[in-house]
Amino acid sequence: MSKKPDLEGAEKWQCARCDRPMEIRKVSVSYMDSSFPVDLPVCPECGQVYVPEMLALGKMAEVEKTLEDK
Amino acid sequence: MTPLTSTYQSDAFVMTNFIDQKGLRALEARCIQEQAPPCQAGCPVHVDARAMLAQIGAGDFAAAYQTFSKTVPFPAIISRVCDQPCRAVCTRGEIGDPIAIRALEQACVALAGDAPRAPVKPLPARGKRVAVVGGGLSGLTAAFDLARKGWAVVVFEAAQRLGGRLWEVAEDALPRHIIERDFAATVLATPGLEVRLGAAVEDAPALRDSFDAVYISTGAVRGDAVDPLTCETARAGVFARAGSEAWSPITSIADGRRAAISIDRCLQNVSLTASRQHEGAYTTTLYTSTEGIAPARAVPLPDARAGYSRDQATEEARRCIHCECLECVKVCEYLARYDGYPKQYARTIYNNLSIVMGERHANTFINSCALCGLCAEVCPTDFDMGALCRQARQVMVAQGRMPPSTHEFALRDMAFSNGDQFAMARHAPGTDASAYLFFPGCQLAASRPGDVKALYAHLREALEGGVGLALGCCGAPAEWAGRKDLFEETMERFRAQHAALGRPKLALACSSCCQVFKTHAPDIELISLWDLLDRVGLPVQAAQPASRTLAVHDPCTARYERAMQDGARRIIRRLGYRIEELPLSREKTTCCSYGGLMGFADRELARAVIERRINESRADYVTYCAVCRDFFAAQGKPTFHLLDLIFGRGDDAAAAGRGPGYSQRHENRARLKREMLREVWGEDVTTAQEGYESIKLDVAEAVQARLEDRLILVEDIQQVIAFAERTGRRLLNTDTGRFLAHYRPAAVTYWVEYRPEGDHYAVFNAYSHRMEVAEETKDE
Ligand code: SF4
Ligand code: SF4
Ligand code: SF4
Ligand SMILES: [Zn+2]
Repeated sequence: MSKKPDLEGAEKWQCARCDRPMEIRKVSVSYMDSSFPVDLPVCPECGQVYVPEMLALGKMAEVEKTLEDK
Repeated sequence: MTPLTSTYQSDAFVMTNFIDQKGLRALEARCIQEQAPPCQAGCPVHVDARAMLAQIGAGDFAAAYQTFSKTVPFPAIISRVCDQPCRAVCTRGEIGDPIAIRALEQACVALAGDAPRAPVKPLPARGKRVAVVGGGLSGLTAAFDLARKGWAVVVFEAAQRLGGRLWEVAEDALPRHIIERDFAATVLATPGLEVRLGAAVEDAPALRDSFDAVYISTGAVRGDAVDPLTCETARAGVFARAGSEAWSPITSIADGRRAAISIDRCLQNVSLTASRQHEGAYTTTLYTSTEGIAPARAVPLPDARAGYSRDQATEEARRCIHCECLECVKVCEYLARYDGYPKQYARTIYNNLSIVMGERHANTFINSCALCGLCAEVCPTDFDMGALCRQARQVMVAQGRMPPSTHEFALRDMAFSNGDQFAMARHAPGTDASAYLFFPGCQLAASRPGDVKALYAHLREALEGGVGLALGCCGAPAEWAGRKDLFEETMERFRAQHAALGRPKLALACSSCCQVFKTHAPDIELISLWDLLDRVGLPVQAAQPASRTLAVHDPCTARYERAMQDGARRIIRRLGYRIEELPLSREKTTCCSYGGLMGFADRELARAVIERRINESRADYVTYCAVCRDFFAAQGKPTFHLLDLIFGRGDDAAAAGRGPGYSQRHENRARLKREMLREVWGEDVTTAQEGYESIKLDVAEAVQARLEDRLILVEDIQQVIAFAERTGRRLLNTDTGRFLAHYRPAAVTYWVEYRPEGDHYAVFNAYSHRMEVAEETKDE
């Protein structure tokens, strides 16, 4: 589900709590009894995740709809 | 087109029809769209004249000739002598002359009938023999049909030529070479079909001794009874033509065909009577409206023998109105959008509900219907797609297959309305009995809370016996969402409150509430606010410009509420306005797209529905539903709420004004309750605010519109910021200095981009997703 275009501009965001840049990690994303590994920016210190708007409103919304109709 | 007076009735429509394959077929049969047009049903052999005329109209005479000749064995002859029972029943006849169908067949033969015909190829010989007595149209049709099925046929004709009575037709009407050519290409070109001329038969039934079956096309002998359905006579294997009214060439052919079907079945030893209802001419059940179609006379036929020219034929064929029903599809944007009609839709829905594994493609379809009942109103057989979709949604919920996102927002809104912040029910201050209970509904309170206050004051003054007040939502959203459980729970709670107040008569401002209570609590007495105000008088007698004309939009849930419709109209007139009736009004009114929660399933469709409605008249609209009013105005149609007129806001600004957004609607309800408690009952309620509610936001207008579009409420944003500020869990954009934080209060994760600014927070963006991200956070 994750492709680089969805993460465009992600490097501008850093963890405000740990004051550190995010790193791309595999994160499990799940809905309606299905889960997928997705590459997302994660704070290596505290684990905070960033889901970009493009991803939430694009791919994620698409997959949500498909899973809801399953 | 009998009005369905309640949803109970329409529920019954589905329950009895939509339970299994058999029920599905009964339901499908109820939609008559696929029934034959009058011309085809009226034709004894069922030439598909509608298709043929469409082909001629498109200039494709070869295709039209194919359509004609695949049904009629002797096309050239029939195109000259047909007595046209089709024409007598042609719908075009109601608005001009019926279509000159035979003359158009003649044009097809003239323009395309010379093409070499494919050689006749019978099925392999099957070893049984049939005798046909008489070589007229009926006998030859039977012989030709049977020979093509592989039976050996001998035709016994007493005369020296085939055709019987055809030879009595004037030669200029039926040139002799036409007779010869049709027979040469069919009967005489069929292997296994033998013709014996000059072969008079003395004792026709006796032929049965040497043949497996006999067809006496000249009619029964010695007054033997003939079964009109099967052409059987008393003697097994002997069939005869029944009836002998005035000579009708096309009926002769139909009779021969009927006999051939019987003989074929007899030789195969299968039922002679099964499924034969639509043989021969019959009256179709197809309904075709001729409304709005301009009358048109037939294209004159200057020389009957020469027939139409190509251009004349094309012109005449184009007068065909291509009979079909689609009454419901014509008035419903939703039905039209899916390019089908209820017969097909019923199967789509049935199939969708039956899918166990795999994607259900019709969920959005099922959830997009407004459940408004207009289809049933206009359908000649009362087919109610709304009842079907409502039932389908209940099934989806029961199966656990309702997409969770579709109705969640609306149900959350309903929960808010029935929660502490808004819901209440009590007698008027200082009283302990109520003759009436004013129930403004959730949407009017959300949209125009000030009017609710004024109305309550007025009703208390105008009515005897005490007027209580109940705030809340009637449960319609749950009912529309197929949530029977939630709906019943809501209704039960209301019933308990209502009983505790001594069962007062409900005074309802909203037609949807009215429909809900009438359907699900028929024992509760009620009256619509508009009917009531018309009786007791209006609160203020504002001076009005007496010359303005407004078009009335009846809310769809007021479809069968005559008293409500009339009350509203009388008030409008009393206030000095002239009324324009929209083409679709009263029992034919259309939904504003809120019904059935359409917009939550298909926003584009909802827009189109509104667009279509607001363009029905150039006049400004007036309506008596807050949602209709706000939806129309939001799409640019100046629309008054009846209360605008009543309270003297009959100016353009009121008609054009946008309604409040979702967050404001919550706020309006909550504030209405607080203010009424304080102003009317003298109770100061400082409801315990959740911590996040005190967070002040500054949301730019463009961002507000985006939030509205994304169904994100102010309270959602407040919760995200409260969480982020409390925990420090947020991201920082190094370029802009803005924060981005997320929080998941329930089934949705909200993301907010913001920046603290003094005592408030500037909000730059927000979005959400339903998928859950596994965040392995290390908190210290
Ligand atoms: S109008 Fe056309 S389709 Fe309708 S009955 Fe006449 S020929 Fe047939
Ligand atoms: S109105 Fe619609 S549902 Fe009714 S018969 Fe016609 S096409 Fe079918
Ligand atoms: S939206 Fe109304 S008219 Fe259209 S199918 Fe649904 S109930 Fe029928
Ligand atoms: Zn961190």
